Amino acid sequence: MLQLVNVESYYGGIHALKGIDVSVEKGEIVTLIGSNGAGKSTTLKSISGLVKVKTGNILYNGTEISNKPTHETTLLGIAHVPEGRRIFSKLSVKENLLMGAFSVKNKNVIDERMEKVFHFFPKLKDRIEQKGGTMSGGEQQMLAIGRALMMKPDLLMLDEPSMGLAPIIVEQIFEIIKELNQEGITILLVEQNAYQALQIAHRGYVIQTGKIKLQGNGHDLITNEEVREAYLA
Amino acid sequence: MLNEVIQTIPQVLIDGLALGTVYAVIALGYTMVYGILELINFAHGEIFMTGAFIGTALLIFMTGTGWGSALPAIVMLIIVLIVTAFLTGFLGMGIERLAYRPLRNAPRLIPLITAIGISFLLQDIVRFIAELTKGNYIVTGPSLFTEQVLIKTSSISSIFNDASIKTSFIIVLVTAVVMMVALDIFVNRTRWGMAMRAVAQDRETASLMTVNVNKVISITFFVGSALGGATGVLFAVQYGTIDPYIGFILGLKAFTAAVLGGIGNIRGAMIGGLLLGVLEMFASANLTLLTGGVFGAEYKDVFAFAILIIVLLFKPEGLLGKPVTEKV
Repeated sequence: MLQLVNVESYYGGIHALKGIDVSVEKGEIVTLIGSNGAGKSTTLKSISGLVKVKTGNILYNGTEISNKPTHETTLLGIAHVPEGRRIFSKLSVKENLLMGAFSVKNKNVIDERMEKVFHFFPKLKDRIEQKGGTMSGGEQQMLAIGRALMMKPDLLMLDEPSMGLAPIIVEQIFEIIKELNQEGITILLVEQNAYQALQIAHRGYVIQTGKIKLQGNGHDLITNEEVREAYLA
Repeated sequence: MLNEVIQTIPQVLIDGLALGTVYAVIALGYTMVYGILELINFAHGEIFMTGAFIGTALLIFMTGTGWGSALPAIVMLIIVLIVTAFLTGFLGMGIERLAYRPLRNAPRLIPLITAIGISFLLQDIVRFIAELTKGNYIVTGPSLFTEQVLIKTSSISSIFNDASIKTSFIIVLVTAVVMMVALDIFVNRTRWGMAMRAVAQDRETASLMTVNVNKVISITFFVGSALGGATGVLFAVQYGTIDPYIGFILGLKAFTAAVLGGIGNIRGAMIGGLLLGVLEMFASANLTLLTGGVFGAEYKDVFAFAILIIVLLFKPEGLLGKPVTEKV
């Protein structure tokens, strides 16, 4: 579904990706783990077009998408939930969700998708008229994921969805990620919380200073000595 | 003394509202562009001025031809307003495309200087064309809507004097209010208006929502410039004589109004504009009296700006602005 072939990107003058190869197959949960500044977020941003790719190829369903403008990449069915949630804090919860479905003009489709989002995140329904910025961190993360679901993506990229959230909320979010995957959405998950991520992932990549250090299926990585020492200690 | 001040209030309010709505609509252009790009588009005053010239040229042309003068003046004005709005809208969009977009990621001072450059350019282009066609860069349009209406405010209470208004004042007021209401609906109730607010908040994330950010910015410039240009026409109708330099002072005051209301805030710009207009007219009518003849009416700007400084000292974010919280 998605292939990154020897991708190199610069992020604010820093050579952030030094030749990354990652592939994601349809129906998988794939996780990218690694420490701060390893290049996890830059990888997602390179895919969605927020960061320019210097060399290498990014293929989505066989077509080259590197250096396509972001609004076109997302139209192909790639939703990117950015790090730090980045909800529109001055827009209402409803407007945030409507922004997710910006490319959709049919009101029935929008309503249908919104119901679907409320099915996963019933709390959002109670807060529909509230400004996004007035919600708690966990609710904001739910809104950010809900907003991405409004695009009805084939590939959902999540950048550190557990960041700054209470353990019980993290648990919930990962549960929902699993459910979404079971509904057929392919997931590319970036996490510092390696243990949680590897538990739900089919496969994982360990990224270090802009290069892939290790890869394997979730279970293998979780029991790998190197991974245990560096990320699970 | 107080009695004399109160007597002038009806007239002050009427003149102040006429001027204030002009400030308010121009302030919208500043505040919209600032809200979305954090750019102070100093060329906006010149868009207003260009609108005044385009409008006057159209009015002169239409009253000069048979079928134009056959139309009722109000229909003619509406046609001129719409045509001018489109032309200045595209002008503003073009300026953004050519002059600001290539500098989108440059330090903020650079596009600001560019905007000042565009201002001079527009002034001189308009002056050149006006001199070429009219022989003079000061142009007087056809007088329309000049009937005076006397409002018997003295019949409400004898402490007021009567106020007189030109018919054009009513037209300016109504048109400006219609434009402001339309903009408010556009920004708060439509899909593209919502996209505009989203882009203003977080450009990157908006693009992740399949929003073409460049298109939204183009629309913003189009709408702001169309409103500014149409206001130029209203100004020309209300005050008669225009020159290529009217945009500078008026733009500066409209920008002030935008800051007063809270820059980036659309309703704030409206309120700021009206307030500044009324304050200025109040000063113009009463300054001589209040200062015992030390300062004449020509010091009205000092008075208005002193109020502005006082407001900003106590509420630096502007009347309707919210204190900025840094994004984490």
